Amino acid sequence: MLNRFLMSRFGPALTGAVVGILAPVLVFLGNPGNMGICVACFGRDIAGALGLHRAAVVQYLRPEIAGFILGSFISAVLYREYRPRAGSAPIIRFFLGVFAMVGALIFLGCPWRAYLRLSGGDLNSLWGIAGLASGVGIGIAFLWNGFNLGRSAPTAKASGLVMPAFSVILLVLLILAPQFGRDAAGLPAGPIFFSAQGPGSMHAPTFIALGVGLLIGWMAQRSRFCTVGALRDLFMLKDPHLFYGILALMAAAIATNVALGQFKLGFTGQPVAHTNALWNFLGMLLSGLAFTLAGGCPGRQLIMSGEGDNDAALFVMGLIVGAGIAHNFGFASGPKGPGPYAATAFAAGMIFCLAVGFFNRGRVSA
Amino acid sequence: MTGKILVDARGLSCPQPVLETKAALESTGQGTVEVLVDTVTSRENVLRLAARMGWKGTWEDSEQGGFRLTLEK
Repeated sequence: MLNRFLMSRFGPALTGAVVGILAPVLVFLGNPGNMGICVACFGRDIAGALGLHRAAVVQYLRPEIAGFILGSFISAVLYREYRPRAGSAPIIRFFLGVFAMVGALIFLGCPWRAYLRLSGGDLNSLWGIAGLASGVGIGIAFLWNGFNLGRSAPTAKASGLVMPAFSVILLVLLILAPQFGRDAAGLPAGPIFFSAQGPGSMHAPTFIALGVGLLIGWMAQRSRFCTVGALRDLFMLKDPHLFYGILALMAAAIATNVALGQFKLGFTGQPVAHTNALWNFLGMLLSGLAFTLAGGCPGRQLIMSGEGDNDAALFVMGLIVGAGIAHNFGFASGPKGPGPYAATAFAAGMIFCLAVGFFNRGRVSA
Repeated sequence: MTGKILVDARGLSCPQPVLETKAALESTGQGTVEVLVDTVTSRENVLRLAARMGWKGTWEDSEQGGFRLTLEK
């Protein structure tokens, strides 16, 4: 019954409503402000926890991400949608993931968080959403002109177990938090780093966060909830059923934020956000283009990686590596504004994405 | 124009299975269009598109683990 509803055209709306309720609840229970769920921020925190970057305030092994992948994996196995597949331009998808993350960290959030930020009253997010829509629009122009990354093909069943195993390992590392002692300055030497202050130190209780991740991973797998497909299908095909997911997410999140006293309307003083309109717009424009070329928002890529899609898994790995690069190279924004090399990162990302769009055209062979 | 057209959308990312099908349905106008897809997501997306364009869709499991959709108008 519930499964049939999730698979109907109302499924994305139900999933969006559940995300809209549970994300502010996770904030209430300890997650950073307007960051109940954020694939970009959480991927960045994971990159930091693994030592891929050393921004000390954003390091934590977010169990929600492992939950998304495992929830999707369990759902896909139960409903016979576990279909490992691979081979559609893997290295291009990896770097689309890298630059999608770079853009998201210029804005400070994935599309899910863009809508969650707005639902918490953060008006800076309007620039990000406008940028996202513009990036999706550029991607659509490529799609109309025959853009595609080629076919994937079915592959060994076991290859789809890599991402679920990776998720389990992240959870084990979260609980064990291994330490190799302290360095000369008395700071933890890793290999796992957890923030002592800042957003990385703020988190809901582990098993609640994991449970929410599993539930949303399962629901999103059944309903194909996708925040980039929402705009793409609305613009290209006049099909609003994914877009209803966004509307439901925002309606539920606004109501929940108001009920929990977390709604604060304005531009300044917003949590984990900056007020630079231009870079909020351009960061998300880059991300929106990268997501559209890759075929879905980062949440959707996580879900597909749980279904056994090796190419989506590489995109996810690109996100995590991209987060390390974004912080190490000064591409990522902070609460005071964009990083020193945001313009360099944006230019590099746009050159890559536009080149991918131009050079991957023509009909696929039948 | 009538006739039988085959769209092989196996292994393509969203939204290409839908776009390829849409192009085939628009160019054919009426008749029968067969579409091969390899995921349930693509199957449902193509069937939803066909229904919105006034085509009647059915599907069956295909031999390689995917689905063979038959769209008629």
